[in-house]
Amino acid sequence: MRNGAVTGWLLLLPAAALLVLFTHWPIVGSVWDSFYSTPKGSRPPVFIGLDNYQAMVADEVFWKSLWNNLWFALGTIPVSIALALAMALWVNSTMRGRTWLRMAFFTPTVLPMIAVANIWLFFYTPQYGLLEKLTTALGFGTHNWLGSESTALACVIVVAIWKEAGFFMIFYLAALQSIPPSLSEAAALEGASRGYYLRRIVLPLLMPTTLFILVNAVINAVRMVDHIIVMTKGGPNNATSLLLFHVYQVGFSFWDTGYAAALTVVLLVVLAVAALGQFVFLDKKVHYQ
Amino acid sequence: MSSIHLESVAKLWGEARALDAISFDTEPGSFVVLLGPSGCGKSTTLRLIAGLDTPSSGRIRIGEKDVTNLPPAERGLSMVFQSYALFPHLSVAENIVFGLRVRKVSTAERERRLARVTDLLGLGHLLERRPSQLSGGQQQRVALGRALIAEQPICLMDEPLSNLDAQLRGDMRREIRALQQRLAITMVYVTHDQVEAMTMADRIILLREGRIEQVGTPDELYEKPRTTFTASFIGAPPMNLIPLEHAGDGWRFAGTDSRAPVNVTSADGLVLGVRPEDLVLDDRGPLAATVVSVEFHGADSLVAARVGEANLLIRVPRHAHFEAGARVRASWAAHHQHLFDARSGLRRDG
Repeated sequence: MRNGAVTGWLLLLPAAALLVLFTHWPIVGSVWDSFYSTPKGSRPPVFIGLDNYQAMVADEVFWKSLWNNLWFALGTIPVSIALALAMALWVNSTMRGRTWLRMAFFTPTVLPMIAVANIWLFFYTPQYGLLEKLTTALGFGTHNWLGSESTALACVIVVAIWKEAGFFMIFYLAALQSIPPSLSEAAALEGASRGYYLRRIVLPLLMPTTLFILVNAVINAVRMVDHIIVMTKGGPNNATSLLLFHVYQVGFSFWDTGYAAALTVVLLVVLAVAALGQFVFLDKKVHYQ
Repeated sequence: MSSIHLESVAKLWGEARALDAISFDTEPGSFVVLLGPSGCGKSTTLRLIAGLDTPSSGRIRIGEKDVTNLPPAERGLSMVFQSYALFPHLSVAENIVFGLRVRKVSTAERERRLARVTDLLGLGHLLERRPSQLSGGQQQRVALGRALIAEQPICLMDEPLSNLDAQLRGDMRREIRALQQRLAITMVYVTHDQVEAMTMADRIILLREGRIEQVGTPDELYEKPRTTFTASFIGAPPMNLIPLEHAGDGWRFAGTDSRAPVNVTSADGLVLGVRPEDLVLDDRGPLAATVVSVEFHGADSLVAARVGEANLLIRVPRHAHFEAGARVRASWAAHHQHLFDARSGLRRDG
């Protein structure tokens, strides 16, 4: 028995060591650093208590980024999940060319982020971008989509949805294919319409997948930074600044590492609360096979 | 009660012919078994009756109504799937009343029918459970309950007992048959197990490669198999089939010197059929065989032996003791002898 426990811990050791080194220790480090001032030249960091957090309360860009991130999450998560489900249901049906269609839906996921951002940058370009050509051809006026505060965030949201939906579709597709066809036949024999079958049988059976996707979507929404860097750099006037982008700016553009650590801690708390909430509230409603 | 009529129903999957223009009628309230080896088209036939697939040609009628192009729900039937097809996230009770909810049956009526079915099947203590918390036999009962609560005149079953152990299979066989008779349902039951067919059926439809080989009562298929295929499919173990060859003006067992007691003329060869249980060890019998092995079953033993090129089984009461290689002789009553044409495999009478 004793021996078994030792072997067990030894087997866990490599994974645990990596997790501690690259995940848990940095978290502890960030929390620690957030209570210290930023070291400058010969001046070592000094303990300043909650000063960094007080600065945050007064930081307008932080609040703007927080709100932006909230809108970004609300804009991307429900739409990308709904789209993913719709696409999965579509390509799961028996029809010609569905392999091609599956590949087409999944392609955005395979493309590198930088390339994707650059493609969309071209779509949104004023005057000769694809979107502009389309709107002027239809007789609408020109508009600087990424350059105006009112539309920039929405543009970034569209790119994120386009990139995420195909990825989530794969999970839904896998889950749909694990539902035996005899269930739909049994439902058909009882006179259930396709809608009724979808609502009462398919969606509940997809709930574990939905929960998994939801957690991933929330994490993705909060850690979005690469599109922003390539497409807008947070502008115009911080209209597309998201939390992690703000952290990145403070930490690696302004080198205010103490404050960046405090911002990171807030980001972590937001994520932890969101994930915890999802698991506590949704887990009860999820049926695991 | 409803009758089912198939008229030249065929089903093609691309080029492959799953069903080759089969026709049959079932009596209302009867228990019909579709029997055959895998790939014979029995499940396809059932799915066509259910409306889960559509025939490539031919008509299907239920009662007086042509249902060939009707959706499954409008055919007035229920079905039990081989895999049970229970909804894993719903409780036993919700699984059973699923169809009633779809059809918006009133709560009071739903409760009344649920109580009746759970009573009938002894599911009362399981109603709150999920299918994954049930044993195979219990799941099978729930599937049966879901089929019965619809109170449809026809119930289709696709190998419902194939996932159960032998003991339970025997119990469920009797139970399903009793339920069918009590509720006077027309039952179409698919199986590859001839024991199920023999014990449960009013009529057996034996299928082979998409065609009907023989239709009849279990007695008819057992006593008068129309072909060597039927003979070798019905009975456990099936009938011994021993090829005969010409010997002067009579016949002998192929590959031996023993003459066969057969006086039928035929240009082609003949095949003699005798069931293992109809053979009697008899030192003066016409059939000489060499023992290969003995299988002891308790009440009886099966002696495996060889006659020329043919294999032979003899059923002997209690435990028979023979060494491998021992010579035995056997005889049979004249009315237990079956003759088949060697080329066509068809029964020859007289």
